[in-house]
Amino acid sequence: MLRDSLTFIDRGLRHSVRSVDALLVAVVLPVVVLLLFVYVFGGAITVGTQYLDYVVPGIIVLCAGYGAAGTSVGVNTDMTTGVIDRFRSLPIAASAVLAGHVVASVARNVVSTSLVLVVALLIGFRPAGGPIAWLGVAGVLLLFMTGISWLAACFGLLARRPETAGAFSFVVMFLPYLSSAFVPTGTMPAALRGIADNQPVTPVIETLRGLMLGGPVGDHGTRALLWCTGFVVVGVVGAAFLFRRRTAP
Amino acid sequence: MTYTIEAVGLLKSYRGHTVLKALDLGIRQGEVFALLGPNGAGKTTAVRILATLLRPDGGTARVAGHDVVTAARQVRAAISLTGQYAAVDELLTGRESLVMMAKLRRLGRREARRRADDLLERFDLTDARDRRVATYSGGMRRRLDLAAGLVSRPRVLFLDEPTTGLDPRSRREVWAAVVDLARSGVTVLLTTQYLEEADHLADRIAVLDHGRVVAEGTAAELKARAGTGTIELFFPDAPTLDLASTTTSGLVDHEKLSLRVPGDGSAHAVRELLNLMVRNGIHVDRLDLHRPTLDEVFLSLTDRALEGV
Ligand SMILES: Nc1ncnc2c1ncn2[C@@H]1O[C@H](COP(=O)(O)OP(=O)(O)O)[C@@H](O)[C@H]1O
Ligand SMILES: [Mg+2]
Repeated sequence: MLRDSLTFIDRGLRHSVRSVDALLVAVVLPVVVLLLFVYVFGGAITVGTQYLDYVVPGIIVLCAGYGAAGTSVGVNTDMTTGVIDRFRSLPIAASAVLAGHVVASVARNVVSTSLVLVVALLIGFRPAGGPIAWLGVAGVLLLFMTGISWLAACFGLLARRPETAGAFSFVVMFLPYLSSAFVPTGTMPAALRGIADNQPVTPVIETLRGLMLGGPVGDHGTRALLWCTGFVVVGVVGAAFLFRRRTAP
Repeated sequence: MTYTIEAVGLLKSYRGHTVLKALDLGIRQGEVFALLGPNGAGKTTAVRILATLLRPDGGTARVAGHDVVTAARQVRAAISLTGQYAAVDELLTGRESLVMMAKLRRLGRREARRRADDLLERFDLTDARDRRVATYSGGMRRRLDLAAGLVSRPRVLFLDEPTTGLDPRSRREVWAAVVDLARSGVTVLLTTQYLEEADHLADRIAVLDHGRVVAEGTAAELKARAGTGTIELFFPDAPTLDLASTTTSGLVDHEKLSLRVPGDGSAHAVRELLNLMVRNGIHVDRLDLHRPTLDEVFLSLTDRALEGV
């Protein structure tokens, strides 16, 4: 299983590098969004600190959504073309193909996140967290991306066609807008604020923000870890179940 | 164990629509066997059951000595499937695809590369090996698909409509590859809608219609079953043709001014027919004999099957 997973990870990475449009969406779009928020909207938003410092964690979480959309489509394409039949006719656990998609998805996210951070630093992002805090950032992000990627795989297994599978990105891209990613939730009307404060993206972003800027993390850290772990568990178990159902002989 | 592929009474239906009605098959070691049938006959369903991808509702099947339901893993170790829709990875190169398949078949990295290169050579893809499959022609994809099924030197090969949708040249390329495989001793079950293809490639043919085998045998045996062929008589003008058509039943062709009468090509049958014409004062210009084609076999067999429903 491990060996086959490695083979499929190799396949997933090669796919990632070669599907140019997906790569552009996953890697270049986040940078564009960063610049857009900082230079176009940023001037009109007051958050108490430099807006760039405020918005970087939100952009990074937004990227995870773009990257995951490609994962849903990739998984669904494998399921709806003859590809999965060929893998299933081999004496291996064909579900290992999902691991390839998920790892490639996380890898794409790592690349786009690094790129966003580099660009942010170039235009004046000044984080204050020490090395331990940055390890924390990496840990939370990896957990979040892994969870989102497994959920994306579930969506790919549920959808009937690749076009439908692509809709996953709408859900994941929408959540950051209804969170503290771009504006503090305190500025929102009460109803929206209730949603924003209690949805998973807000604690993740607040945790990242606290760690990066050296501010307090509070109970956001625990909530972020619980949400992300929940995503991973639900994603893995769900994907295993859906894969079995979809490929039931 | 006399058969390498053996199916007994396979049943399969989807929501009340019966797709396989007690399908029986027996295919011997080293044989190339064709499952011939029109679209929707149940060919893919049969292949998917035999390749462990689909569970039958009833009946049993053994492939390479193992039950396809209870010993799927052992069956998978012995078989290779090239599905109806090419399962090639567009974004990988031909060589990468084969190396990947070889690794999934537990070959080491070096061995995997060597095997991939051997297969690329054998399927005439060496020049294209480092190009993305997305740039391959239909025939090249099919050949790569076949090659991908061979990395493990399977004992049993399933080819589901290997040439459907290919241009004639690509079809011949794939045929050559299959003939080559057959020589190496592997047992092949292929499905096709083309009689010509079954005739060209297969040692034995089963004609599948509405989920049932309606005829089975060598191409020659099937042709013999189709009946006797026809004798075509040509007449000088339309009135003579009309007169002739009242004396014996047959297929009238007003353009060719001919009448096709069932009958084998024996001298006796021809003499009888000509005597009949002479007795009625009908002048016959000339005649042609038509041997039955596999197409006629197919039509007559499937018509019979339809009447039986
Ligand atoms: N998953 C499915 N659900 C419902 N009907 C199916 C399914 N797969 C095949 N069929 C039906 O079964 C019949 C035989 O299909 P198939 O085995 O693909 O035939 P062939 O390969 O000979 O064209 C067709 O009528 C097809 O519509
Ligand atoms: Mg078919």
